[in-house]
Amino acid sequence: MGPLVPNLISENLNYILALFIGIAFGAILEQAGFSSSRRLVGLFYGYDFTVLRVFFTAGIVAMVGVMALQHFGLLDMNLVYINPTFLWSAIIGGLIMGLGFVIGGYCPGTSFCAAAIGKLDAVALIAGALVGVFLFAEGYPLFEGLYKAAYLGSPRIYQTLGIPANMFAFVMVVFALAAFGVAGFVERRVNRLPAQTARWTPARVGMVAVGLVLALSASSFTDRKANLLNLSQNDQLVRSYPVEVMSVDEFAFRLMDEEDDRIQVIDFRPEAEIARERLPKSYAFTVENLFEQEPSRLLRLKGKLNVFVANDELTERRLAVIAQELGFKRIAILEGGLQGFREQILNFQPSRPPRDMYEEFTYRFRTKAKQVIPELIRQNRQTAPVKQEKKRVLGGC
Amino acid sequence: MKQGEYMNPYLAGLLLGLLLLATIYITGRGLGASGAIKSVTVAGVAAAAPQHARSAEFYRDYLREHEGAPLKNWLVFEITGVLIGAFLSGLVAGRLKMVTEKGPRVTSRARLVAAFIGGVLWGIGSQLGRGCTSGAALSGMAVMATGGILTMLAIFAGAYAFAYFFRKLWI
Repeated sequence: MGPLVPNLISENLNYILALFIGIAFGAILEQAGFSSSRRLVGLFYGYDFTVLRVFFTAGIVAMVGVMALQHFGLLDMNLVYINPTFLWSAIIGGLIMGLGFVIGGYCPGTSFCAAAIGKLDAVALIAGALVGVFLFAEGYPLFEGLYKAAYLGSPRIYQTLGIPANMFAFVMVVFALAAFGVAGFVERRVNRLPAQTARWTPARVGMVAVGLVLALSASSFTDRKANLLNLSQNDQLVRSYPVEVMSVDEFAFRLMDEEDDRIQVIDFRPEAEIARERLPKSYAFTVENLFEQEPSRLLRLKGKLNVFVANDELTERRLAVIAQELGFKRIAILEGGLQGFREQILNFQPSRPPRDMYEEFTYRFRTKAKQVIPELIRQNRQTAPVKQEKKRVLGGC
Repeated sequence: MKQGEYMNPYLAGLLLGLLLLATIYITGRGLGASGAIKSVTVAGVAAAAPQHARSAEFYRDYLREHEGAPLKNWLVFEITGVLIGAFLSGLVAGRLKMVTEKGPRVTSRARLVAAFIGGVLWGIGSQLGRGCTSGAALSGMAVMATGGILTMLAIFAGAYAFAYFFRKLWI
């Protein structure tokens, strides 16, 4: 599960990668014509819409791509940098940058591209930007109030708007396609070119097809977490879903067996309850943890059987369904939940004398387990809850 | 591709989008540019006036976050790559040339002054907006961050609002 930094790729390797990512970034921008200021500002005077086409295409491709990675559980968005929202500084800073764009002719990224191929005006802009940051730094006490005002956290745009993420993405893709059409029209008008006859050349058909695929996939990448949580509320489905069930006696036996390190108890009860009664070989876990990169590693340990426990069996089943849908293997649940476990083992009271040998053995075992397991619970201090250690990188400019 | 010709903008956009996606998947962050300018500024001040850099809040915070090495920043490496990549691309396409690009109605000198002033505005604006067209607008759009999309809208709204007054620079 991504992102690969810092767990699979070290911080230092990340710097080398940055260099290569930058090379690709610079080459693409230069090839697209972003090393020309006249081409860039053409967007604001209507004679060249290259920026709109490149920028919007890149934006929607990456946006739908991120949704797809998230949908298939390949990217933990909790670890990805989400630009924070400071309402006023975002708006005023943006307006100042817009002014800088029409006066200066480049934005910072494109100015580096242009400078690299010898544009002197780009060099002047970079020099100006260094001075600008210096002025901001020196005047920081002055700017600080505005800089930190109206902090709204790091919401995603669909949360701010209160609509589903895939609906927002779909609207963006459709909007981009419409904008491309209008841009072509305006461009021809401003440059006084004859209006183009609408012909379905293969290139155009291909483009529209790609656009439609993007739009459709944007609307189909629903939030997997919400879907699974929804699915797990479907009692009929949950009851018929195949899940391995462990009997209370086997569970009790394996808890007591010191040699048995193949079992790990995944305890989904609220933290306070677990603190009062911590089972041996157990880890505190939450539904959220199932969707997170770090905690969910625990469930992937080789050769371990994960026994999901909660107070009642139905809750266990729901969680097991989510976990198995997420692709976790070797999941089992405890028969009757912890409630059953307490009744049958911890507070075992034979209701009637044993009828046969088998029952007598069971009674004997349970009477013993009833003494041993509470002792193990008392001794058990080693398992702290799995806390998601947020190692979100700092991004932005 | 013929010499000097640019790539189809939609193809370039697709490639840029895939690069951004790969960057997010690998590193957990997007692309950027103005952060590198910030690094260089802080490094410059720290070298020229170390006393001042240690006392003024802006530099102090930055130096603390970077453990005293302001240039050891992801974006500085990335922008170094941008310079190399753009140079190679210009070389292949035959576009390497020392020139001041300007509109038909301005002198080169006026264009350079305007570019410098534009740069100053970018410097201040990108600090205030916590990112520029790359780090805030494009990367913010990819992860659907409200802050980034807001900054993007403000940049384009600002540019369109002010474009009329500076038309002589360009057309």
